[in-house]
Amino acid sequence: MSSNVTPTSTPVKTTGLHVGDAGPGCRKVDPILIADNVRRTFGGLTAVDVEHVEVPRGAITALIGPNGAGKTTLFNLLTGFDKPDSGKWEFDGRSLAHVPAYRVARMGLIRTFQLTKSLALLTVLDNMKLGAKGQIGENLFRSFLPFLWRKQDDEIEAKALEILARFKLDTKKDDYAASLSGGQRKLLEMARALMSDPTLVMLDEPMAGVNPALTQSLLDHVLDLKSKGMTVLFVEHDMHMVRHIADWVIVMAEGKIVAEGDPHLVMQDPAVIDAYLGAHHDADIGTTDTEHVEVLKELIDDEQ
Amino acid sequence: MIDWIQIFSNAAQELISPTTAAYALAALGLAIHFGYTGLLNFGQAGFMALGAYGYAISILSFGFPVWGAVLVGIGASVVFALILGIPTLRLRADYLAIVTIAAAEILRLTFTTNTFADITGSASGLQGYKGGFADLNPIPTGSYGFGPFTYNAYDWWIRIVGWSLVVILALVTWLIMRSPWGRVIKGIREDEDAVRALGKNVYSYKMQSLILGGVYGTLGGMIFILPRSVVPANYQTSLTFFVYAILLLGGAATILGPVIGSVIFWVLLSFFSGFVARAVEAGWLPFMSQVQAGQLRFILVGIAIMLIVIFRPQGIFGNKKELAFVK
Ligand SMILES: Nc1ncnc2c1ncn2[C@@H]1O[C@H](COP(=O)(O)OP(=O)(O)O)[C@@H](O)[C@H]1O
Ligand SMILES: [Mg+2]
Repeated sequence: MSSNVTPTSTPVKTTGLHVGDAGPGCRKVDPILIADNVRRTFGGLTAVDVEHVEVPRGAITALIGPNGAGKTTLFNLLTGFDKPDSGKWEFDGRSLAHVPAYRVARMGLIRTFQLTKSLALLTVLDNMKLGAKGQIGENLFRSFLPFLWRKQDDEIEAKALEILARFKLDTKKDDYAASLSGGQRKLLEMARALMSDPTLVMLDEPMAGVNPALTQSLLDHVLDLKSKGMTVLFVEHDMHMVRHIADWVIVMAEGKIVAEGDPHLVMQDPAVIDAYLGAHHDADIGTTDTEHVEVLKELIDDEQ
Repeated sequence: MIDWIQIFSNAAQELISPTTAAYALAALGLAIHFGYTGLLNFGQAGFMALGAYGYAISILSFGFPVWGAVLVGIGASVVFALILGIPTLRLRADYLAIVTIAAAEILRLTFTTNTFADITGSASGLQGYKGGFADLNPIPTGSYGFGPFTYNAYDWWIRIVGWSLVVILALVTWLIMRSPWGRVIKGIREDEDAVRALGKNVYSYKMQSLILGGVYGTLGGMIFILPRSVVPANYQTSLTFFVYAILLLGGAATILGPVIGSVIFWVLLSFFSGFVARAVEAGWLPFMSQVQAGQLRFILVGIAIMLIVIFRPQGIFGNKKELAFVK
């Protein structure tokens, strides 16, 4: 990735990510994450049934699909927070099957949660410092000998303050995370994820519930991740955002990957419209309906 | 007429009594479990019992030296923590609560049953294990102190050892809780999945916390039996709840809270029991017998603690700021 890409309103898109025709499960030139036959059922419900999917390295990939498509479940499976009925998947060439969540994180695959998980009664700065890897003082037997870990802790703090400044949270560093607004907590969670210098960042609905004033800054931060050489996989409902920043789009419906492609082209795929229409047909709750109608409108707008 | 001097001087004695130190240690352990890590250990009485019996049995049945007996008690509580933690720490928090409460009762009943009477002394318990500890006492025989705080050499020795232990462990707890280890521990209390997602082995940290806080309880259990004998009836679930009361009184995620909480608890308890007993004697409470009076003190302490928890829910040393966000 070119390092001079700065967050702008017209981000530089990465192209030429796939091999052959774009389509569900298509191969990528340089995949960072590959999943095969990953299935997860809850009782009779098949939440995830992914035959094959590859996430391209160094790009921003959006994972979209109607509510209940299995996006969050797939995130949980890929990051070790849930166990599939069957399947295998690898990250950076290393198999992740049966690897516990904390080890997945240590390998450089960091995720955030759909429902923000800021650590409410820790200060913003402590939230950040917790994100750093390989801390000497996290060992119980060294923890009460501060001279062993003080220096490293100071370095971690400096790094945390630098990232916080970028996220404009530095003035809040001594406040409890509980005192932040919903959007600020999303920012904090993303900032915290960066403390470990991940190679792949997976964001589950980073924009959900975020005050529009903060959306642009969140967008810029996601783009910034790419410019710093990280790969991003994110779930998002807002099609404008997807089109704006994603280099690649993967569409899920009813647990399966139904379409893949360039953000502008994939929206024209009838399978995508079907996915949202299908979900619309048997949707059970009103809010879901309006949301899907919204998405459909956007999709149709896009085709015209 | 009521002898107020006597009541106050008895209450004052609790300020530095070994029992107060023992409860402070157990509460400090619970602060690690519950206050800092969010682990619901309802079996602290079990850890204390292991300290008491581990120490006494090692000396009486196996003739161990003091340090060996202390190590046996600590070892037993580490094993106990592993048995409790291995199956439950991966599950939701309430599983640990259920398992610990049951396991502590199993321990108590095992110590009470006649089957092992040769070793445990069954319901009448154990005594005669104090020799080794008394031999280590550097204080020459005699009586020392002033006013209500006049004790013989052995009684001073227990107090010195007990409170030194409190000071040392409070310092250790303070140090580890402000370290990166403590940061992980507090993070787990807030949301263990978030901490897991940051690459920390949450299960291992919870286990370390359970073991550490349990060992504090075990050391408290040893101090507890030095001025008295080992009696299984002392290790009922109500013991755990008294320790929780002390913890909440002082402030759950604090260092001084459990220590000062224990002091207040015991001073109040002694004051109330002294007052009620003498009030009955003096005929102030004609509707009450001496036995009922003995129970009344727990009711009064309960009310006092309720008032503190209602009007100062964060505990005496807790941070009000933290509480504003409690769900
Ligand atoms: N723990 C669970 N138990 C039972 N069903 C679940 C569970 N988690 C998810 N599901 C179901 O799996 C399907 C996919 O859910 P999810 O992955 O959250 O969808 P998305 O994130 O795409 O909206 C939904 O039908 C949901 O109800
Ligand atoms: Mg979801």
